[in-house]
Formats: sequence, C-alpha cells, structure tokens
Amino acid sequence: MGAYPEELRYTREHEWAKVEGPRARIGITQYAQDQLGDVVFVELPKAGAKVSQMQSFGVVESVKAVSDLFAPLSGEVVEVNQSLTERPEQVNQDPYGAGWMIMIAMANPKELDALMSAAQYEEYLKSAGGH
Amino acid sequence: MRHGDTMRYIGTTPAQRAEMLRTIGVADVEALLERIPSKARLGRDLAVSPALAETELVSHLGALAARNAHADGHVCFMGGGAYDHYVPSVTNHLLLRSEFFTAYTPYQPEASQGTLRTIYEYQTMICELTGMDVTNASVYDGGSALAEAALMAHGVTEREQIVVSGALSPLARRVVAAYCAGPRLPIKVVPWRDGVTDLDALAKTVSAKTAGVLVQYPNFFGALEDLDGAAAIAHKHGALLVVAVDPIALGLLRPPGEAGADIVVGEGQGLGNHLAYGGPYLGLFSCRKELIRRMPGRLVGATVDREGRRGFVLTLQTREQHIRREKATSNICTNVALVALGATIYLSLMGKEGLRKVASLSTAKAHYAAQVLSRVPGVAPRFGAPFFKEFVLKLPKSPDRVLRALRKQKILGGVALGAYDRELRDCVLVAVTERRTRAEIDAYAEALAAVVA
Repeated sequence: MGAYPEELRYTREHEWAKVEGPRARIGITQYAQDQLGDVVFVELPKAGAKVSQMQSFGVVESVKAVSDLFAPLSGEVVEVNQSLTERPEQVNQDPYGAGWMIMIAMANPKELDALMSAAQYEEYLKSAGGH
Repeated sequence: MRHGDTMRYIGTTPAQRAEMLRTIGVADVEALLERIPSKARLGRDLAVSPALAETELVSHLGALAARNAHADGHVCFMGGGAYDHYVPSVTNHLLLRSEFFTAYTPYQPEASQGTLRTIYEYQTMICELTGMDVTNASVYDGGSALAEAALMAHGVTEREQIVVSGALSPLARRVVAAYCAGPRLPIKVVPWRDGVTDLDALAKTVSAKTAGVLVQYPNFFGALEDLDGAAAIAHKHGALLVVAVDPIALGLLRPPGEAGADIVVGEGQGLGNHLAYGGPYLGLFSCRKELIRRMPGRLVGATVDREGRRGFVLTLQTREQHIRREKATSNICTNVALVALGATIYLSLMGKEGLRKVASLSTAKAHYAAQVLSRVPGVAPRFGAPFFKEFVLKLPKSPDRVLRALRKQKILGGVALGAYDRELRDCVLVAVTERRTRAEIDAYAEALAAVVA
C-alpha cells in the first residue's frame, strides 16, 4: 500500500475517509502519524454519536502533541475501533488498516466532493506542507 | 524575574515621584485623579490610626489573636469536616524546612526532584488508603475535590444530572452547586433516613440521565453508608459512584475502591494538619485507572533517566489547561503541596498500625462519649445507624444556647445542625478524636447535664 492510497479521500487536516457502501471508515494519514510521532492515546466518540463534516470528533495524543480529529464527513458513528484503547501504536504502524478510528453511516455522500483525491492531497502536502 | 535580580518592596522617594511626574508631564498626583467626579472622592484623609512601634504592634496583634477561641485552649468536640486530631511535632519540624516551605509546584517542576518525590509518595499512600489506582497531587480542599469529581463524572459519562446524598456535608454540597452552576448541571438531592442515604429513594432518582452519585463515608452525621448498595444503583444506570471520605476512618474501614467507587475524594486536613479557619486544607482526589484521562489536577509519575536512574516527572499534562486550553479536564493547575506534604509526613510516621490506632481510638472514644452523653436526662442519640467518630444528639434545649453555655466552660460541644437542616434544629453533631480523654468526655457530660437541667 502506498503512502496515500487511491481509493481514499483526504482532508486538509490530514484525515482520510474510505467509502464502504453507505458507510465511511475514518482515520488519519501516513503524513499525520509521522508528524505526530508515537501515538499514546486516542479518544474517540461512542457508537451512536453524531459527527459533522470538519467538526472535531475526537483527540489524538502523541508524545509530542495533542490534536483534534476532524470528521471528513457527517453522519452517525456506527462502529469504533476499540483496539486503539489498548494499542494506540496501531495508528503509527498501520494508519490505513488496523489504525482506523471510526466508521460512520454517511448522512450526505455529496460531502465527498469537498474532499481531496490522493493526487490532490499529495499536491497539497507539497505546496502547503501541512502545518 | 531572572536569578540575581532583586525585587525591592520599597516605596518611591519624593524625588523619584517628582521625576516620574515630570516625565509624563503632569504637575502633581492630584492632576491624575481630576477625571474622577468629586462626589465619588472621599475628600479627606483616611481615618487610619498612627503607626505603632514594632513592640506595640506585636502585643496589639497578640491581644487580638487571644480573643479567638481555639482548639488548643478548649476541649474540642467540634467536627463536621475538620477535626482536632493530634499533629505530631515532627510534622511541623519537617514542613518548615526551607527546602519544603513553598506551597507551589515549581514552574520547572523536574528541577525539584525532592518535591516531586514527596508528591509521588503522597499519591501512593492515598491510593493505598482509598483502594484506588491513581491519586492526583491534591486539590484545594474536600469541597472542591467533590465538586471536581462531579464535573469529572459529567465529562466521563457525557451526562448532566448529578445526584447528591442529603447525608453529605451541606457545606461541600454548596461547593458542588457553585461548580455545577456554570455548566448548568442539574443537581438532585436524595433524602436521608435514620442518618444514612435512603437507598430506596436513591434507586428511584438515579437514571440513564445521571452522571454521578455523590455520597460521603462516613457521612456528615458520622454514620456508615452502604457503599455497595449505592455502587450497585449507580452502576446499574451507567453512572459513576463518587465517595467523599474521612481518610482517618480508612485506617479502620474497608477502602471505598473495594466497594465499587469510581472516584474517591476527601478532606485530608485530619492527616497531620492543624485546624485553621479558612484553610489551607487538603483535597484528596483518587480514581480508577480507566478514568485517568478525565482526571483533574497535577499528577506526578515515576520514570527513569537515560542512565536508568529513577526520577519523577509531571505526567499526563495533556489533560491540563496550559496544554489543552478550553478542553482541559479542569481549570485547576496547582495543588496544595505543603499541606499534602504534611499528610505524607503524618502517614509515614503513623504507618499502617499507627493510623489504625488513631482510627480505633477515635471510634472507641466516640462510642463511649455517645453512651455517657446519652445518659444526661433529655439527651438521646438521634439516629441508630453505626457511626465512626461522630454522632448526632437530640437536646432538650436550644442547641445554640447549650453550645454557648458550654463554650463559657471552655468546651466546644459540637456543631448545631439547625442551620443545615430544619428537621435537625434540636440536634448537635459531636465529634470525638483520639485526643479526647475519658476525663474530658465525663466533664462534657457533667457540664451538659447542668446546662440542660
């Protein structure tokens, strides 16, 4: 798997969303985990919580910083990656796989249009360098 | 302020003042005040008596201080949250050492390994007493600890309602109400029955809306609550059980952690710190490990340096407001290090055996006092519930008047309860610590008999 898989959609805050039917899986990017350094704690919402596009849905804490997590899409949380409670390092080791964070039932798939493709995200990283 | 700088608390000279006025181009100080309407100005000098010489000042202040009634000049049966336990003299000797005599965690805390170590030891001992996994470096007092626990229960459960036992200190309940006013958390008070929380009423009150259930152990009336019962009710609905303790009692009683408490708080004054009007006192705060990210306050952790040597650091600071800003778990960003150190010295000195002895002596003497005082005609125990070192007596005459008469005989007979609960307006709360002697207790009974006759 490359640094920025083609099938994902990306935010300017370095989260990714992967559409799986009516649902979307959400996590943070390779770039984000690299910038954060060792992740020591992830605080996620409970199943049933509502999230809104580009609103904070949780917090990721590394040895260097604490950062808000922003929802790429609006919807209801239907699943939470509970294994991150015990093993937050999965976010570093496998950000697009075992390090996923939440699964939401999308409220408005049109919101996907506001997200970047892999190529756009890589371009964004080159130009803005993130922050 | 850099090292080597000197801060001089010395007033300005007339020459310096003249220079400052010249610099800003003003004729005199009066000119700076002319914008203030004259009707808002005093128009004369303050009526302050002339300065006293140091010798005069010391005797004047001494005379004022002597007008205070204090526990050392009286026989003290007052409690209700602060207690006249004995403070071993070694406590003050160590506390007043200049290395310790600062109430602050230094701003570069890791430079002060000794201070951090004493806090770490304090946290460890309080964990052992409460039966919890983690204890913070302390908060201001028992009341603010309880209020922080209510906010934490709200943070953990994302629910709003706080359920409080009516047998919990009314003063601590006021602090909880003050803290809950800002975030608008509704508070429900559950009544007491025969001196303990009415668990039937509690079961009816707690619901899926409840964030935390707050009880006291022993409670405000000195009685022992059924913590397991309260825990079962709270947990059935997914609420947290918060228990406010008297740490001295934990020398004898089962730790609340074993009864299912999620957060344990308490007033730690009785652990090696003197009674003082207005404090500073000591807020104990412990919780289960799973809740640590929502815990308020400073936390000292043990670690090793690059050479493998043991050291101490402030840890999990991402909960705190200097990092998390408005999303911090609390706005507390300090602790009462010196008072906590007093408790640490006290607990080290007492050890398990010593603390158990203080607790059992207090209980035995309190039970003796309850017996003897209840033999006074017209005086009777108000409740039947088992108690630790404090109990409620029903008096045949106005408690306020009785207590005033006792005070004239240098006996602080207890706390009149009418101001807190109308139903108990004929009652007084009596506390007995290990310091009280049989002779003092008998003398109290004799004096009480004469006063109520």
